[in-house]
Amino acid sequence: MLQTVSLSCRRGDRRLFSNVNVMVQPGTVLAVVGENGSGKTSFLRMLCNLLAPEEGAVLWHGVDIRRLKEQYCAQLTYIGHLNGIKDDLTATENLLLTAALTGDRPSDASVRDALEAVGLKHRIHHLPTRVLSQGQKRRVALARLWLSTHPLWLLDEPFTSLDQAATALVTERLRSHLQGGGLAVVVTHHEVALPSEMVQRLRLDG
Amino acid sequence: MSQPGLWETLRGIIWRDLLLAIRRRSDVAISVLFLVIVASLFPLGVGPEPAVLRTIAAGVLWVAALLACLLSLGRVFTADYLDGVLEQMLLIAQPLPVLVAGKVFAHWVVSGLPVVLLSPLLGLQFGLEGEALGMLVLSLLLGTPTLSMIGSIGAALVLGVRGSGLLVALLVLPLYVPVLIFGAGAVTSSMAGIGGEANLSLLGACLVLSVFFAPWATASALRIALE
Repeated sequence: MLQTVSLSCRRGDRRLFSNVNVMVQPGTVLAVVGENGSGKTSFLRMLCNLLAPEEGAVLWHGVDIRRLKEQYCAQLTYIGHLNGIKDDLTATENLLLTAALTGDRPSDASVRDALEAVGLKHRIHHLPTRVLSQGQKRRVALARLWLSTHPLWLLDEPFTSLDQAATALVTERLRSHLQGGGLAVVVTHHEVALPSEMVQRLRLDG
Repeated sequence: MSQPGLWETLRGIIWRDLLLAIRRRSDVAISVLFLVIVASLFPLGVGPEPAVLRTIAAGVLWVAALLACLLSLGRVFTADYLDGVLEQMLLIAQPLPVLVAGKVFAHWVVSGLPVVLLSPLLGLQFGLEGEALGMLVLSLLLGTPTLSMIGSIGAALVLGVRGSGLLVALLVLPLYVPVLIFGAGAVTSSMAGIGGEANLSLLGACLVLSVFFAPWATASALRIALE
């Protein structure tokens, strides 16, 4: 269970949000919505412990994530608005190396399956990702979700650059993650097409 | 799900950076070529007098090595910062200073080790021989990892700052001074026949200190840069 307690954020002299209290239960996704500059990404980065809150705390199973440190990192898969992939490596190498560092230890076959699951055909798997389109690069980044065994997913605009088919694939993967008892926080401008009982919304107004 | 051990993660970090260096060989070649060109320009400018060249050899070769290391510092974190890989690294469930040490080691293998391996050839160009040549290699072997360690702090501090290349030089060059003095001093002492062991010991001490403290300082600077 992920919980925020009186979370506040200030960037420079501008207060983005204050006193945010939410609780994300297993099997649900928190969709964070709001206008550009409303603090959605800052909120997500606070949930990853990449950004310190001005006030308040983020709790994972009741314990402050600043105390849990690496133990908390071991629970999450984070995909930011940057893809976190290397242009000089192939899609397969990117996934294998990243997954090895995060403890997912996939086989070559499961990496191939993950890339095919996001709609990347086999001939693309061994090309340097610099030759791929933005949408294809985003698919490579999101293929990590098919390899992830972590219970908590934190996703920043996962549907950006994706076409309708890929958006549906990612949504389906999110659904199966939630059905398996996982939880997620998604910053998005798009509607998360999941049953209402699975989705909780948080609107940040900036 | 089981988390990889510390050594496994460290190996992964180092392997990824080495693989990237292999894919982008031109980046590696630039700092090595820079070293060769700088070291070759001095004999052309100063003249071919062997006694003069031998006198300036230690200082010139050490300054060239130092500048070559400085030139490559931008590669340590900037690309990872821009493509989001650094963000992912901060979320790996292992202590960040250890991961930083792995990245700096990979940086040294790619930028410092070629300098060490090339140094006997460059030394010969300046008329160094025998013990002095060995001392040059040894001093660079101890000194260049220290340069990478200290440089990583500067590289992390200027991450995302405009004009960071110049700024990192201003930040780290003063910190490089002791390494330069001890490194060049080791070769000069050896040439004077008084042995360079004392300078080598000081270089070793600098290396130990930098290995213990630089990764922590760099990790803190990275966290600040990504906030």
